Amino acid sequence: MLDPAGRRSPFPAWAGVACAVLLAACSGGAASGPPALHWYVFNEQSGSFAAAAKRCSAESGGAYRVDMVPLPTAADQQRSQLVRRLAAHDPAIDLVGMDVIWVPEFAAAGWILPWKGDDARRALRDRLPSAAATARFRGRVWAAPLTANTQLLWYRSDRVTRPPATWDQMIRMAEALGDSGTIQVQGARYEGLTVFFTSLLASAGGRILAPGDTSVALPTGPTERALGVMERLARSPAADPALSTSREDQGRLAFEAGRSSFMVNYTYVWPSARADAPEVARHMAWAPWPSVIPGRPSRVTVGGIDLGVGAFTRHPRLAFQAALCLASVKSQRTAVTRGGLPPTDSLLYDDPDVRAVFPFADLLRATLRTAVQRARTPLYTDVSLAVMDVLHPLVDIDSVADVPRLRTAVRRALRSEGLR
Amino acid sequence: MRIPREHRLGWLLCAPAVLAMAAVTAYPVLAAVRLSLYRYDLRFPDARRFVGLHNYLTVLTSAVWWKAVAATLVITLTSVSAELVLGMALALVMHRALVGRRTVRTAVLVPYAVVTVVAALAWRFAFNPTTGFVQGLGILDRPWLSVSWSAFTIIILTEIWKTTPFMALLLLAGLALVPGDALRAARVDGASRAQRFFRVTLPLMKPAILVALLFRTVDALRIFDTVFVQTRGALGTQPVSLVGYDTLLVSLNLGLGSAVSVLIFVLVTGAAVAIVRGMGGALPEASFR
Repeated sequence: MLDPAGRRSPFPAWAGVACAVLLAACSGGAASGPPALHWYVFNEQSGSFAAAAKRCSAESGGAYRVDMVPLPTAADQQRSQLVRRLAAHDPAIDLVGMDVIWVPEFAAAGWILPWKGDDARRALRDRLPSAAATARFRGRVWAAPLTANTQLLWYRSDRVTRPPATWDQMIRMAEALGDSGTIQVQGARYEGLTVFFTSLLASAGGRILAPGDTSVALPTGPTERALGVMERLARSPAADPALSTSREDQGRLAFEAGRSSFMVNYTYVWPSARADAPEVARHMAWAPWPSVIPGRPSRVTVGGIDLGVGAFTRHPRLAFQAALCLASVKSQRTAVTRGGLPPTDSLLYDDPDVRAVFPFADLLRATLRTAVQRARTPLYTDVSLAVMDVLHPLVDIDSVADVPRLRTAVRRALRSEGLR
Repeated sequence: MRIPREHRLGWLLCAPAVLAMAAVTAYPVLAAVRLSLYRYDLRFPDARRFVGLHNYLTVLTSAVWWKAVAATLVITLTSVSAELVLGMALALVMHRALVGRRTVRTAVLVPYAVVTVVAALAWRFAFNPTTGFVQGLGILDRPWLSVSWSAFTIIILTEIWKTTPFMALLLLAGLALVPGDALRAARVDGASRAQRFFRVTLPLMKPAILVALLFRTVDALRIFDTVFVQTRGALGTQPVSLVGYDTLLVSLNLGLGSAVSVLIFVLVTGAAVAIVRGMGGALPEASFR
């Protein structure tokens, strides 16, 4: 950095000092105290994840410190932040809180480390089978299941005496109720729509991908039945006028406003209604998700958060140790009692504290036991986009003509050449 | 001897800007063109290989792409033509305002100062069937963002509301260039108000109109944030930029996504060239020197 006159410019001098100061500050921070493990996970509002991070840091006896790094609330934004950094081999991502549908994608891309031996056994011990299945991919274990999630049917016990057993029955009941009979489902073009379809299809005895998850299944009979329910509901006066933009939260708000009598939704609607709409909560009852085929119990999609270890972490051994603690029964108890997040540990559903939060604990556990997985493919995002592209808006569904369209779209997605 | 030296000085003075442009514009564009010739999905890094024009074939044979092109053109054509008319009206008001000229100009500019995402959210909330204020207005009470035509209407209205001030500002600059003498001469010759506007003012403003149309069309073809916020591309409102975003950042398919980006680049450049060619003939010589 010589200027034309040959004198040294003053710039590098002060810049060098600044750099030195910054470096000293950084390395000084890292040198004091145990190594920090960064846990990227969605920003759990009740603070139960942060509490678990604190407890595990303390229990490690100075071996590590877990720093929770909150991700956005929307699942697709969480994923896009994570995958961009993981694809760039970011070593700062030690622990990842993954939506269960990301596990195959992250595992296949080599972004998370496989679990081995005793760690793998402990990660899945006493877990509900559907939750344990979310952590497996191609014969290996890739995560420790932390929380589970699934939908129940919520209805107004002051308007109907017995909950409907099937979708047909529910639509008839709702139509008979008139203005207050609205059914809340997820009809916007987003992941919730694919979940709705997956549950209907599984309840009708079908699946999107054939076993092995590499080719399209979508058998004609069950697919037509599942689409038939969507078609009938969307064209019924019992559908919400804003069906094509409704997500879980719009459904919750509409139900709390009292103008709806039925809703399929996650368990968070229960504490929410009790806090925000006690009048509605008094008459709010729960039942199994309605069947598609009379006499055949429904099968509902499983969701939740799995804990994985980032493939580029500098502390893999400590990260596995921390993940086991963060996903332990103790952490799950905090997550359910403080945040209302359903546990993956099946024994916790007998715990009195948990039953106080979830008076429907038995129904929830039974639903989770038979719950169905979404397609287990690294291309899940593409498959899901293809499904919602064909199905949205629900009111335009043609239950016969849309079966081949759906198959074509999913097939293109599996070749990862589908533009959405 | 003098001229080459001046030329050299000119080049030297431009050099930093040219280098900066090459680094931040030319390089990424060329990198995208190169990437678009590969099968390259970040989720399958091992499957990377050269595939020639295959990605372009995939995009151009996809119904999704052509639907997106149609949606983009609908939004661009309707919003830019409405903006041109409204912008001209606003420019005339600003030009003629005798009292409170500054207040008028500031007031007109307010929507342009609002961040696009905020404007899009404001319009979305206004038309929300449960909480929006529009539902109190009788016949307007319907789920606006749930049906294709009305979703397009909201998106286009948001765009018009947001960028008409920009159009008006560019046109105002053009109006200021129209010599008062020409208008007075036309008046003396007995030209009516309409004749003076269409025969004198408009032709003299053509360079300004060209610039305004060019800027707005190129901008509107790249529409992203308004649609992302209001419908996330549902109901057939998905513009080409959203197709590119989803392919690149959601599907992580860099090859295919780059092909989409390059095609958008071609589309936008084509539109710009067409506008300059279409209106170029009417331009006074000096403006292109």
